[in-house]
Amino acid sequence: MSAPAAPSSTTAPVTAPAAPPVETMTVMVNGKTVQVPKTMPDWQGKPAPTTMLQAARIAGVDIPHYCYHDKLPIAGNCRMCLVEFGTPMMGPDRKPVLNEDGTPKISRSVLPYEPGTPRGAIACATPISPGMEIYANSKATHQMRESVLESLLINHPLDCTICDQAGECKLQEYSVQHGQAGSQFVETKVHKPKAVDLGPRIVLDDERCILCTRCIRFTRDIAGDDALGIVNRGSYNTISAFNPGHFDNNYTLNTVDLCPVGALTSKDFRFKMRVWFLKETKSLCTSCGTGCNIIMGSREGVIHRYEPRENDAVNGPWMCDSGRLNYRWVGHADRLKQVLRTSADGTLQPISWNAAIESAALILTQAPQGSVAFVVSARQTNEELFLLKKLATHTGAMTDAVARDGEPDRLLVSEDRNPNSNGVRLTGMAFTEFGFNLTKIADGIAQGRIKTLVVFGEDVTQVGIGPELLAKLDALIVSDILPNATTAAATLLLPGSAHAEKRGTFVNVKGRLQKFHKAVEAPGDARPEWEFLHELVHSMTGHNGYRTIEGLFNQMAAEVPAFAGLEWAKVGDTGVTVQI
Amino acid sequence: MPEPFKLILKNLDEPGFTPDIGCYQRHGGYEALKRALAMPARDLPDGKKLSPQESLREDVKASGLRGRGGAGFSAGLKWSFVDRRSGKPIYLICNADESEPGTFKDRQILHKDPHQLIEGMILSCWANDVKLAYIYIRGEMPVAAKLLNQALKEARAAGFLGKNILGTGYDLEIHVHRGAGAYICGEETGLIESLEGKRAYPRIKPPYFPAVLGLYMCPTIVNNVETLCHVKHIVLMGPAEYAKLGTPNNTGTRIVSLSGDVQKPGYYEIQVGRVTLGELIFDPNFGGGLKPGRTLKAIIPGGSSSKVLKAGEVFKLNRKGADGQMAKVDVSLLDLPYDFDSLQQAGTMSGSSAVIVLDDSRSMVQTLGNLSEFYAHESCGQCTPCREGALWLSKATHRLCNGEGRKADADYLTHIAQNIQGRTICAFGEAASWPVLSFVKKFRDEFEAQGAADEAAHAKSQGPSLTQSSAPRKAAGSLQTH
Repeated sequence: MSAPAAPSSTTAPVTAPAAPPVETMTVMVNGKTVQVPKTMPDWQGKPAPTTMLQAARIAGVDIPHYCYHDKLPIAGNCRMCLVEFGTPMMGPDRKPVLNEDGTPKISRSVLPYEPGTPRGAIACATPISPGMEIYANSKATHQMRESVLESLLINHPLDCTICDQAGECKLQEYSVQHGQAGSQFVETKVHKPKAVDLGPRIVLDDERCILCTRCIRFTRDIAGDDALGIVNRGSYNTISAFNPGHFDNNYTLNTVDLCPVGALTSKDFRFKMRVWFLKETKSLCTSCGTGCNIIMGSREGVIHRYEPRENDAVNGPWMCDSGRLNYRWVGHADRLKQVLRTSADGTLQPISWNAAIESAALILTQAPQGSVAFVVSARQTNEELFLLKKLATHTGAMTDAVARDGEPDRLLVSEDRNPNSNGVRLTGMAFTEFGFNLTKIADGIAQGRIKTLVVFGEDVTQVGIGPELLAKLDALIVSDILPNATTAAATLLLPGSAHAEKRGTFVNVKGRLQKFHKAVEAPGDARPEWEFLHELVHSMTGHNGYRTIEGLFNQMAAEVPAFAGLEWAKVGDTGVTVQI
Repeated sequence: MPEPFKLILKNLDEPGFTPDIGCYQRHGGYEALKRALAMPARDLPDGKKLSPQESLREDVKASGLRGRGGAGFSAGLKWSFVDRRSGKPIYLICNADESEPGTFKDRQILHKDPHQLIEGMILSCWANDVKLAYIYIRGEMPVAAKLLNQALKEARAAGFLGKNILGTGYDLEIHVHRGAGAYICGEETGLIESLEGKRAYPRIKPPYFPAVLGLYMCPTIVNNVETLCHVKHIVLMGPAEYAKLGTPNNTGTRIVSLSGDVQKPGYYEIQVGRVTLGELIFDPNFGGGLKPGRTLKAIIPGGSSSKVLKAGEVFKLNRKGADGQMAKVDVSLLDLPYDFDSLQQAGTMSGSSAVIVLDDSRSMVQTLGNLSEFYAHESCGQCTPCREGALWLSKATHRLCNGEGRKADADYLTHIAQNIQGRTICAFGEAASWPVLSFVKKFRDEFEAQGAADEAAHAKSQGPSLTQSSAPRKAAGSLQTH
């Protein structure tokens, strides 16, 4: 796989040795002279001779391409990035021939057998050479693009109106930017398989496919599953799965992202929503400790899809299928929507948030030191854990979190299935190993020493604190998102928010602190935990903390050593690395 | 009167000559190998020594041998590009995927004189420090593959192959690999992919030049069957004597596959450039003339992908005059010497040296239809212009061949072909587009007449109301968009 580059850190000590000077060469792109490094990272991050496409990017010129992808081996098959170019003319003495004004004479690339016709080179794979001139805007370059687009469209079904890719389709975009309005094509089109069931999550329309082989290369070279290939020949080339219907590694949906056209579609997303209606929110995947960066696509309070958001320090441009499809719980019908408290008759009754905060403050304030315990989830945000820690310290409580482990894979999936285990550790809510205190808490309840239990985001009945123990408590304050055996036993139930419904930060397994933003509203009375925790801390301690996530984060940074020096505004979209 | 010159073909059609090693050795076989392996290091004027291997490499360069597969690139130069410092093994592959339509020369060697190829290969491998070599043979030649395997077995038994060849300590193994019937496997990087067990998709160059990143990403030499056979004769004759064969820069001999409308189609070995196209067709030693009552219409001079030449064409060729200066001289088609450079100057190529002769009974439209169908079928489909363009060309010519042509199709075909040539990963783009471009350019009247006739016939059958359309039925409307 392309191991995501070593985590860069904005907090790295400034004493690091200065990088050796980068060797550069001068090339010209569309008449503009630029200095570019002689080598640049290839798809695996190894230094390789700088290509025309990379040099053009440095010059601010985007060369259109389909098959090329920064993180995939180069195929060079789409020919969309063909550009006309020139190189300094060399005399017999191997010295550049000069014009009268002293500038080097450039020989434009031409067909060897037809010297009047410009010859293009594929910018994605052609290394630059000193003095090279790239004509990404020339008439010949435009003509090459037009002809490639005409070729790609002659057998394309042109069914944009019913195609899921419409709105994010490179074939549409480049046709507008670089194509012609019409085509000379008057023949019958090639017909290929439609709606092919490639695997449990992927449908393929072979007629829309432009055979760029991105899906094949990703699946073979990144996912390590040589499952896709091409069958048949020439214009009848058809993408196919080795075992049709069973293309089911945990990374198949990345091929949908990679597909520049509407050939590969996600069974989960297809025909559900036009992409231009989607609001895009920068967020994180919470399915494991890797913390893949994502874009949440939502409309009118409903999440429709997750897509990976590129972050070389974490997930590169990829994410796993299980994480990507793990979003329906956010909008689940069972979501806890009411603030509830046990009334005098023993039944749970809805109360206001104000009454709930007052009630919780009263319970915790009156509880003797050491009679309170906290069990928190490593799915809570750093800011929430920071506030919970304040409450725990105030009440002298024993605290712990619940570990959630699974099988890791070789690409992205972490053994740690909690998104914020390091946040729990760094805020001091648990030791390195979770669960150390859980048995002590269970014993404490059994022996009557612990009379008040605060649970955030976990079902403690699954980890040795069963209903019979919970029944012995004087008070069980629970915050969660979905109902479970612990929420059923709560004496005070505070409905919380999914990460999609609030802002905050997590620290992933490698120590990357990353922000996420709010995409949709929480249902009913549910609120972001940090908001009501802030109110609770205020009620109990009198400390008037910050009422915004920015202020709260900055306050946490000032108090938690691992976050020292951080500011919300300075934590970029791809996060920063902290000491874990 | 020009005569065939038999160097490669010297023995193989002699009565009683059999493809076994005994017969080959009775005819002097493996003497070149013995001689080369016994060569001492050569002293250079500057006091340095040239190893016998380096010496043979220099000899091949000095002989002027050019590749007989199609591109006509200097074999010695090709060998000199091999990365010898990579620390990786160097491979040699014999390209026996002879499949260019019209070409049937390598087949003769493989069937009748396989040891000549094997000896040439061993010499070439030894010169290039190759320990493992492959013969990639066209799938449609099962008998030749069988014969080659038998010959390799014999050579191994005789100590010419395997460990410690002729007691010199040099080891070499050669394997035969059969293709599965795809023309693209003749493209050297497609061949390498196929040999590696993958789909024969030609590689992009840069970076995958076989001399550096070839088979299994190791330096690799790919040579044609006939080219490798010549190495044996360069050893036997010495480079200087060899270079006297043929003409300057076009040295040695070539086997021409002559087919089409001639009296005596067949394979003829000639000294390169010493025989003209006219002699190849009309001389009794070669084609023996056209069929009775026919006149020459066109020649496809170097395999089906080369640009067609029209009867009566006159070309401007660079010739050294009596004063030693280069001058442009008019040379008519039949006087064109059959060599690499003259044909290139005539705007075409000698390619795989397959001369296809067309007389006045042939329709250029039908001929192009046939060729385009071949290229559409053989396009591997890897890169866009060729994948989409080759079939497009075939569909358009198919229309013209079947009464659905348009007058505009001449320009239409040119438009499609021009968008393929020079824009593809491999030379297949040229192979598919050059016949179209040259046929339409040189026989435009035939294509336009066919289109006009089809349109007229169509107008008649459709009645007056539909005659405005210049397009055939399925292309109704001239504003057809994507």
